[in-house]
Amino acid sequence: MTAPLGLPGNLREDLARLWDFVREVSGDDAYERYLARHARTHPEVPPLARAEFFAAEQDRKWDGITRCC
Amino acid sequence: MPQSILSKLLWLAIALMGASAIGGIAIHRGEPINALWFIAAAAGTYLVAYRFYSAWICAKVLVLDETRATPAERFNNGRDFVPTNKWVAFGHHFAAIAGPGPLIGPTLAMQFGYLPGTLWILAGSVVGGCVQDMVIMFCSTRRDGRSLGQMARDELGPVGGWAALIGSLMIIVILIAVLGLVIVKAMKHSPWATATVLGTIPVAMLIGLYMRGIRPGRVLEGSIIGIVLLLGCVWGGGFVNGSESLKGYFDWNDMTCAWFVMIYGFAAAALPVWLLLAPRDYLSTFLKLGVVFMLAAAILILAPEVKMPPLTQFIDGTGPIFKGDLFPFVFITIACGAISGFHSLVASGTTPKLLANEKEIRMIGYGSMALESFVAIMAVIAACVMDPGVYFAINSPPGVVGKEAVDAVAKITSWGYPVSVEQMNMLAKEMGEKTLFGRVGGAPSLAVGMATIFSTTFGGKLLDMWYHFAIMFEVLFILTTLDAGTRVGRFMLQDLLKHVSRPLGNVSSYPATVVASAIFVAAWGYFLVQGVQDPLGGVNILWPLFGISNQLLAGIALSVATGILIKMGKLRFAWVTGLPLTWLAIVCTTAAWQKVFSTDPAIGFLAGANDLAQKLASGALPPEKLAAAPALILGLRIDAALALLFAIILWIVIADMVRMSYRFLSGETVQPLSESPHTPSRLAWARD
Repeated sequence: MTAPLGLPGNLREDLARLWDFVREVSGDDAYERYLARHARTHPEVPPLARAEFFAAEQDRKWDGITRCC
Repeated sequence: MPQSILSKLLWLAIALMGASAIGGIAIHRGEPINALWFIAAAAGTYLVAYRFYSAWICAKVLVLDETRATPAERFNNGRDFVPTNKWVAFGHHFAAIAGPGPLIGPTLAMQFGYLPGTLWILAGSVVGGCVQDMVIMFCSTRRDGRSLGQMARDELGPVGGWAALIGSLMIIVILIAVLGLVIVKAMKHSPWATATVLGTIPVAMLIGLYMRGIRPGRVLEGSIIGIVLLLGCVWGGGFVNGSESLKGYFDWNDMTCAWFVMIYGFAAAALPVWLLLAPRDYLSTFLKLGVVFMLAAAILILAPEVKMPPLTQFIDGTGPIFKGDLFPFVFITIACGAISGFHSLVASGTTPKLLANEKEIRMIGYGSMALESFVAIMAVIAACVMDPGVYFAINSPPGVVGKEAVDAVAKITSWGYPVSVEQMNMLAKEMGEKTLFGRVGGAPSLAVGMATIFSTTFGGKLLDMWYHFAIMFEVLFILTTLDAGTRVGRFMLQDLLKHVSRPLGNVSSYPATVVASAIFVAAWGYFLVQGVQDPLGGVNILWPLFGISNQLLAGIALSVATGILIKMGKLRFAWVTGLPLTWLAIVCTTAAWQKVFSTDPAIGFLAGANDLAQKLASGALPPEKLAAAPALILGLRIDAALALLFAIILWIVIADMVRMSYRFLSGETVQPLSESPHTPSRLAWARD
């Protein structure tokens, strides 16, 4: 858990980390994270399909105040 | 210890840079001043405040405890409670709090000159807004991520809880109305802007379908396609504007634009989120972050001159954009960017459920607000780089400076801000607009400023494209706030309605959704139409109401925070939230008092209503204004009642907090601190 951009030592690694950061902050990798967590916590239950997961996430996300003036 | 000496010297240098830059912009007179002074003043202020003040609050007042498990760790469900990388949480929080407010308020407040607004943005944020966001985030994190309303109920009692609920509901109504007005004024008689805005709706729906059905959850892919299509909309709008046969279909008057906004808001609240709201939010968030960073870079590269004087004669209350003295109205006009009560709703509830460690509250709570305040400083610069005469010509309503261009320039020039009809026509032509006179609401003048900065920085061409890109950018995330606000408002309304009628309170019933959405849209639509019909351009009525309601919510949040600090046994540090609370109470009450009782019809709602009623009775009104007059009179009286209600709610909550604190300090029983017990964090060991 460090800053997304480190010192300019290894550019390739930094860019890869930046990409991971962009994917995480935008929610692009949410399904992969869900699968990883699912496999860890209750592997005996089949996980949701990608489309189902995304649909459920969107409904949850817009249930409260998530945007401001 | 050379390291520590070096660090001390560095901080001394930063502090000196900030202080001398503030001094520079404060005593500067005559010649234009470079915008980099503003950047230096802002950066110095935020860095020093963050390094020292926020660190002190976290260490001594809140006593953040990194060994304590956060709600995200304890209730980790992989969905809303998720321990998240602090930069990711920072990104989410900043995207949530940064809306159109810090762009529009500062633009309007520049009628006083650049100095009062700039000083308030800097001081208000580091002592008020950042502190509020951070302390509320702390309180909510210690309470399993509870909302401000729940905390108010738990810590102060049912009175505080109800006040927070009504306060949040009212602020959303006024917020949406005033933002709707901004859109209406940007679209009015502008085929290019209207066509572009209309184009963004099918784009959002297309991306919604893409992310839902075609490539589910591919957020980045969908957003990139969407952004390209949005740029296409800007170009398409230009095409429409250039075509004599198409142009007419998109040349709408302000009432038509207002109906469009209301129908759109209703549709967005009643349609499923995935189709319109969620995809639009992705697009507007990307665009928002992109444009903010692009603007910062452009200002640094271009280093434009600020042509606005530090102070104008309008500090005496006779300003053309809105009426009222410097005190209290500069503090009401700039809410977002200095202190915004609405943030307390995001800082409690959503973000605390993402924090992996309490220590991160400082960066995410205090730091995000400092960054948002910086956005407000950029809006100041964008408004002040144009000639003051042009700024006033764009932002002054025809009801103040006259309908005819010749009258308007004569009046504005007579104030000492020279501007000519040719200059304005030339500018309008460059921006691809029919006219830029009387384009109130802040969005057009901000867009002119941004377009000038962008175009000059990136090659000096395509001013009209940049202008409509800026308009599209503003409208896009205003519409996101409008959609999301209408939806949340509908939920809150249904929560209240269930006490009256159970079926109406059922959020999963479609008919109930439609009815509640319609009621809520009608509520903000009423104020929107009132603003559109107001001869003084609507900003004069709605923006102060919005500012007061936003500061009211901040007052409620700071009362809850102060009460909690006192109950934590931190009486001697209660000033940390008590000081901004006192200031807001003074500002809010004075502003509400003047808006209700001032005898100047342009300031006082009641005086305005009586003045209009008198003119109506004596037949002094021109025939075209007769029809709207009775509704305007009623509207002004409702505004007066509302402003009064805001002030009363604020004082009820403050009184409730003082009563509770007094009982606590004199050893009587009060509702106990609702903080969750300490659970040791297991994540802490795995960190860093």
